[in-house]
Amino acid sequence: MKKTMSLTGPWLITALMSVYALPGHSEIVQTTLKNGLKIIVQEDHRAPVVVSQVWYRAGSVDELNGKTGVAHVLEHMMFKGTKAVPAGQFSRQIATAGGKENAFTSKDYTCYFQQLEKSKLPLSFKLEADRMANLQITDAEFAKEIEVVKEERRWRTEDKPQSRVNEQFESSLYRAHPYGRPVVGFMNDLENMTAEDAREWYRTWYAPNNATIVVVGDVKAQDVFKLAAQTFGKLAAKPLPARKPQVEPVQLGERRAIVKAPAKLPYFVMGFHAPALKNGQSYAEQDWEPFALEVLSSILSGNDASRLSQKLVREQAIALEIDTGYDSTNRGQTSTFEVAASPSEGVSQEALQKAIWAQIDEIKTNGVTAAELHRVKAAVIAADVYKRDSMFYQAMQIGQLETLGYPLSLLQNNASRVQAVTSEQIQQVAKKYLIPEQMTLVSLDPQPMDPNFKPAGKPHQH
Amino acid sequence: MNVFTLIKTMLLAFVLLGFAGASHAALNIQRWTTAQGSAVYFVENHSLPMMDVSVNFSAGSAFDLPETSGLAALTHHVMALEAGGLSEETLTNRFADIGAVLGGSFDADRASFKLRTLTAEQAAALTAFNLVLHKPDFTQSVLAREQGRIVSALQEAETEPDSIAQKAFMRSIYGMHPYSQDQNGEISTVQALRAEHLRQFYQTHYTAQTAVIAIMGDVTTEQAKQIAEQLSAGLPQGPAVAPVPPVATLSAPTVKKLPHPAMQAHILIGQPGNLRGDPDFFPFYVGNYILGGGGFVSRLTEEVREKRGLAYSVYSYFMPMSQLGPFQIGLQTKKEQADEALKLVRDTVQQFVDQGVTAKELAAAKDNLIGGFPMRIDSNSKILEYLNMIGFYKLPLDYLDSFNQRVAAVTVQQVNDAFKRRIHPEHFATVIVGAE
Repeated sequence: MKKTMSLTGPWLITALMSVYALPGHSEIVQTTLKNGLKIIVQEDHRAPVVVSQVWYRAGSVDELNGKTGVAHVLEHMMFKGTKAVPAGQFSRQIATAGGKENAFTSKDYTCYFQQLEKSKLPLSFKLEADRMANLQITDAEFAKEIEVVKEERRWRTEDKPQSRVNEQFESSLYRAHPYGRPVVGFMNDLENMTAEDAREWYRTWYAPNNATIVVVGDVKAQDVFKLAAQTFGKLAAKPLPARKPQVEPVQLGERRAIVKAPAKLPYFVMGFHAPALKNGQSYAEQDWEPFALEVLSSILSGNDASRLSQKLVREQAIALEIDTGYDSTNRGQTSTFEVAASPSEGVSQEALQKAIWAQIDEIKTNGVTAAELHRVKAAVIAADVYKRDSMFYQAMQIGQLETLGYPLSLLQNNASRVQAVTSEQIQQVAKKYLIPEQMTLVSLDPQPMDPNFKPAGKPHQH
Repeated sequence: MNVFTLIKTMLLAFVLLGFAGASHAALNIQRWTTAQGSAVYFVENHSLPMMDVSVNFSAGSAFDLPETSGLAALTHHVMALEAGGLSEETLTNRFADIGAVLGGSFDADRASFKLRTLTAEQAAALTAFNLVLHKPDFTQSVLAREQGRIVSALQEAETEPDSIAQKAFMRSIYGMHPYSQDQNGEISTVQALRAEHLRQFYQTHYTAQTAVIAIMGDVTTEQAKQIAEQLSAGLPQGPAVAPVPPVATLSAPTVKKLPHPAMQAHILIGQPGNLRGDPDFFPFYVGNYILGGGGFVSRLTEEVREKRGLAYSVYSYFMPMSQLGPFQIGLQTKKEQADEALKLVRDTVQQFVDQGVTAKELAAAKDNLIGGFPMRIDSNSKILEYLNMIGFYKLPLDYLDSFNQRVAAVTVQQVNDAFKRRIHPEHFATVIVGAE
């Protein structure tokens, strides 16, 4: 369904650039217009199609308290018309051209895209340039769409116990950093949001100098640059607000929270503050810890034979599901290493947590094996080839890296940096970051399915 | 997240994008039959140093008996875990060590396994893949553990409003037909399954004669022939399984209201729809784009979401199967307005059936479906999915080549006639989970 929202962070990560020279693939080329808009093109001539994406460096990380969710609400409003292209017509014109379109909002960015037959790229640029500068947000359209967004929140979060846990987990982990707030926004903030809040967001962040165009497909880069100059090139740059550093205060001990909701399976997330790869001016080739954390995550839960799954799901059968997560790249410059799991019937959450700690401690003490490191390397090499089967995915990687503030050369050297990770480095990051005093643990306490059940606390106003 | 999770995410995305559709004139599908009788569909393409292969069987949940419901899914699931006397860990790592990905899919009609591998690692990847298909172990310890996991998942599903709604809806439209069964089975039937059941099901349903093999990517015809022969030769021998029985149409409306503490009501309405190779396939395909399949430009989205803000998602779809698959309309909306939204959806569908589509709507639908054709086959993954579908449902080899022509040929009258003749809102099944 259109207008989706990415609740997970960017899934960019380790699977980047090709070590092969693949036929039909050219270099990534880019240019910047005078108004500050950057255009990046990856020619791919395997099929007569094109993916066009517009990335805005504006996500929930840029929101203020009381207005959470406004980045995502604006994403919805972007389909509600300009003077030249009235409400609903953007989608109709793309549909008539045979295209698919959608948009998504994350903590770090908002992205709009179309997938089209290659000759239709001018339509995409014309429409996107128009709504980059000329969006009209009427009170009437806003009043309807905010109800849609509230339904979206009910569907994604309110009625899904594990989503509730994840939301509580982020809120518990981050006391000050905006990563603690949900992308979709709190219900209270959606209920009190106004059309003017959305307009203000649009005026502040929607500008060519805060955006990147990514095009992948059966096109010539120079033609794309020319087309961009003719369309987006007419738009004026805007002064952008200063973005202040948002540094999470040091955590001074373990944190725990419980979520009660109607469900059957217990579930918990345990997580730790962890560094992100430094971006912008601070980007450095010797910044190795994020790569070590990526590899650690893969070795713990990359596939069904990885340590946590093999030992705890398969051999000991004390977990039904177990997974780890870590994103090395983001704008917020702080990340999380997390483990999410459901214990098997008759196994307590505490027992499973203890078993997870035992696996982490094993790595701290003895490191990982050469075979495990080899497996991660094999996956990265293969992913470099497999990703070429999807133009959309290639465009996603480029757009994320650029928007998050990393050089595109990371696409080239990511695999070698992953491969350079040693067992000792993995031990080091495990010992440094995965420690009990720094744990945040949020557990789902399943409640009976009483239709009259209401969660404790202040009910939402309707 | 990590590299392995990434790959899974990618594959999932391909599956979702790869649904429904066609191909372009330059797509040269080669077809032949192996010595053991497996049908093979192959498209050669050397632009990427990788290959995909999948093998499909008539081994979906429609082949379960009521008393062993869940057997087909459990067989498919456990086959991927243990084979050839290797430990689970060893088998998984045979794939992981070379960056190969073992996947698969399962529905009421079909169980399939899929392998994606680099060309350079093809031999080792196929050896492991052949083990999965030819030498499943079904050991008691693994089986018992997986039964426990599935039972827990079924228990959790009993608390989820979307799962509850889907299960009740399938019961309502299919009655005692095997399509009514939960694909994963019932808690009591799954618990009662034994390794013998799985071995028997494997021997009778994963046979060479019924297998449909699809190969896509960086191999020559000669290599593809060898690959297919090896895949086919190690499969059990046996006669074709009895086909899925025909589906009865609904003769009276039903309404199921199920309580749930969720904030939203989950609403499903519909009836048995159409089948693969159906003479009305294209009129329904184009017509449903207008009704509720065309994302933002469909009538249902326009009425329910765009005009009134009643739901985030509202849709209709036909899922053609070997017999009549579901025609389903769904939405979620806050409980207080569930009645209003349901009435609106009913009125919209009724009007669609009564008054039909306009020439302008039909033209816009065709523009999208025909103009979007190049995106249907722009990746190896999508082409592989078409090979699977064409092969498994015995669709004509020119299905993709003639797709645009057949969409273009659909008339207003054909759409209106097909809906009027076969879609009966007065007999729809309705399920509301979280009714007030």
